[in-house]
Amino acid sequence: MKADAPLLDVRDLSVAFGSGETARTVVDHVSFSLRRGQTLALVGESGSGKSVTAQSIVRLLPYPAASHPNGEILFDGHDVLKMTERELRAIRGARITMVFQEPMTSLNPLHNIEKQIGEIIELHEGRGKGTRKRVIALLSEVGIPNPESRLGAYPHQLSGGQRQRVMIAMALANRPDLFIADEPTTALDVTVQAQILKLLKDLQAKYGMAMLFITHDLGVVRKIAGDVAVMQQGRIVEAGRASQVFADPQHAYTRMLLAAEPKGEAPPSDVSAKTILEADDIRVWFPIRQGFLRRVVDHVKAVDGVSIKVREGQTVGVVGESGSGKTTLGLAILRLIRSQGPILYCGRAIDGLSVKQMRPLRRDMQIVFQDPFGSLSPRLSVADIVEEGLLAQNSPLNAAQRRQAVAKALIDTGLDPDTMDRYPHEFSGGQRQRIAIARAMALDPKFVVLDEPTSALDMSVQAQIVDLLRSLQLKRSLAYLFISHDLKVVRALASEIIVMRRGKVVESGVARDIFAAPREDYTKALFAAAFSIETDASGAVSQ
Amino acid sequence: MGAVLVRAHPKQRRLHMSLFPLTPMNRRRLDNFRRNRRGYWAFWIFLVLFFASMGSEFFANDRPLIASYKGELLFPVFVDYPEDKFGGFEAHTDYRDPTVADEISAHGWMVWPPIRFANSTTKLDPPTPFPSPPTWWLTPEQCKQAFAAHPTAKPHADGGTCRDLEPEWLGTDADGHDVVARLFYGFRISVLFGLILAGISSVVGVFAGAVQGYFGGWLDLVMQRFIEIWSSLPHLYILIILSAILAPSFFVLLTILLLFSWVSLVHVVRAEFLRARNFEYVNAARALGLSNAKIIVKHVLPNAMVATLTFLPFIVNSSIGTLTSLDFLGLGMPPGSPSLGELLLQGTSNLSAPWLGLSAFAIVALMLSLLIFIGEAVRDAFDPRKTFS
Repeated sequence: MKADAPLLDVRDLSVAFGSGETARTVVDHVSFSLRRGQTLALVGESGSGKSVTAQSIVRLLPYPAASHPNGEILFDGHDVLKMTERELRAIRGARITMVFQEPMTSLNPLHNIEKQIGEIIELHEGRGKGTRKRVIALLSEVGIPNPESRLGAYPHQLSGGQRQRVMIAMALANRPDLFIADEPTTALDVTVQAQILKLLKDLQAKYGMAMLFITHDLGVVRKIAGDVAVMQQGRIVEAGRASQVFADPQHAYTRMLLAAEPKGEAPPSDVSAKTILEADDIRVWFPIRQGFLRRVVDHVKAVDGVSIKVREGQTVGVVGESGSGKTTLGLAILRLIRSQGPILYCGRAIDGLSVKQMRPLRRDMQIVFQDPFGSLSPRLSVADIVEEGLLAQNSPLNAAQRRQAVAKALIDTGLDPDTMDRYPHEFSGGQRQRIAIARAMALDPKFVVLDEPTSALDMSVQAQIVDLLRSLQLKRSLAYLFISHDLKVVRALASEIIVMRRGKVVESGVARDIFAAPREDYTKALFAAAFSIETDASGAVSQ
Repeated sequence: MGAVLVRAHPKQRRLHMSLFPLTPMNRRRLDNFRRNRRGYWAFWIFLVLFFASMGSEFFANDRPLIASYKGELLFPVFVDYPEDKFGGFEAHTDYRDPTVADEISAHGWMVWPPIRFANSTTKLDPPTPFPSPPTWWLTPEQCKQAFAAHPTAKPHADGGTCRDLEPEWLGTDADGHDVVARLFYGFRISVLFGLILAGISSVVGVFAGAVQGYFGGWLDLVMQRFIEIWSSLPHLYILIILSAILAPSFFVLLTILLLFSWVSLVHVVRAEFLRARNFEYVNAARALGLSNAKIIVKHVLPNAMVATLTFLPFIVNSSIGTLTSLDFLGLGMPPGSPSLGELLLQGTSNLSAPWLGLSAFAIVALMLSLLIFIGEAVRDAFDPRKTFS
């Protein structure tokens, strides 16, 4: 075999789901190749067929629902699609390994780390005395501190980043020739993402494996990949050297993707604007009970003494990693969960009000949730969803007027009012998020909590939602509390930001100043990880 | 196949849509229900039997449907005419009485239902002692004896054959009641009992489960413990004791059985509510200021209805089974009521009359099987994996 022959050669591959008339082609005549030591990134938005392509390389698709009408996948000169199940098993986990997006569900919760990694080694090399040694060596290689003491740990005892490191250790156990990483960092915090990417890059350089990297995040591609293939609706629309594609994109879709980062300036911070909502020293403590009498022995301090002030027409961005208490803070301010500490809405204390007394105030204070698939009831039409708030608030409008109000809210959020009698599942993710925003806006609120409203959406759609939110704010001089882990989006919207970590405020102030010159080490590390995907050496962030 | 059916009647479909706004999800469920051919047919057969048994009076009755007497049109099936109208002196007319029948036929005509017995009509001139076998089962010898034993019977010139006897399709039971008529009325009472019991216990069960699941906490804890204790009571003993104290009737039995049957749905509904109360759209509804009652009805209950509807046919089944077994033990409906369990009991005590046990068994088996098939189809219809395939 010649040294320059490609390790993986995918030729004219198609994947279809279903059969007969209902068959859907998900991957459409895709070709690419990969040499040893090369990294190829498959980039595309959700539904572009990039994961399906990767999974067909080791034939992990749900056959026979899935089928390959044409094409071949040559791995080291042999067609994977024609291999027997036995031949495939010899390759899977040994010569080709995969790491998936969600490390929690990829690991068996009932096995400890030693067993999980040891199993892979023994499966392909047979049982031996050296297994434990190999496992320890692998763990230290993927950067898990004190690997000897972690051997007995179960997946739930590890952090998300550590779990993904264990997954990588499993994937590396048999020194694969081809390493497939399917969105390996999407479920992780930005700081952890930077660490994992650095690890993957180092390991690849060390062992010279070929890496197929699947992602929707162009920043990640820029960081890790030498070559890139852009996928749209099952086709590769553009491929080439990453530096070249980024510098001079040829296809319109690539250009659109590159331009999709949220842009625009947030309105400058204006302390003279009217204060809509003020909260001082908010605490949300969940008790930990132990013993027979269920005595409270300690508290989980989800939010621990956070003060916040949101002004009319301004946005306060709350940023932080997962588990920092951002969402809990938002729910506490809307009085959807119990909290301590005064909350003032337009100067009126609302922290002591009962559920009933809060009800009329809900008209002014709204929330938009992260997941546009979970936040809309699948059984109600769009009109029902949007007018629900009007009905709950005993609006004096009659049915026809309510429909008009719904139509207006839909137009305001950039939707066609003629679609109001359809059901949520007929809309795309971005459109659904617009419906959720329309539901909040139909009540004409003054204050809106936006809880990661862009996180579940594709990059290009994110930018549109950010633009929509900004224009709504300008038109209605809304006060936003914008919760997000995505600093790029926050930069485009927030006038002031609060950086949270473990329930406490690390740093807060005018957004422009903090983005220009962060004071705290943690904030610096967070920004470095988010904007340039750099790891932090100071140790201010955890694994 | 279902799709083809729908396409064949575009007009009907549009009408359907305007009457009941079918969500796309429900339309898919309906298609899935239709696709289970066995369940779909069982559903129609059951509906036909159900509505037919609702009109049992028109199929099996000891009164004519319409009669004409001296130029006057009478509707004995609806109106209870005193006998003096036909020259007698009783308060009620027995149209099966040969004297009355002859009197009416002489001055007019009668239209009879196919079976000339009601559930408690006693046959006056049985060919053999009760229980008497179906007429097609009799030997010519027996028929001749039957005519000889009853001087009122009017044999033909050749002495009477089995054809001249009043037809008894499935014979009579030990009290001289026609079995077919008993089956008609027994089916009706069983199905009604099952449906009413299942309906009420679903309403109670869904309500209890909803309250527990939605509010959780102490309320849930206390009610769960209560339900555990309650459902571990020995039901049958309590039923026997209660039916010894109270005079059993349809509604007394319904109430007693309801005491225990409402529990069956609570767990399912509670689990659904525990899951659904943390859905984001439920949170969103809270943020809009909806009251708890509205959130439950509009957002959470539809989730639980899937489980409830799937269980319903099986609950109907078990209700019918319980009633039949109580009747069989002699603890059920008051004596004389048309009940399938009582017919089964007669079957065991009259082993020489196999038509009793066999026909009761056939009807009970048919009814329960139909309901199970329907239940399977409903379960298929709500199966999310099938719904979205």
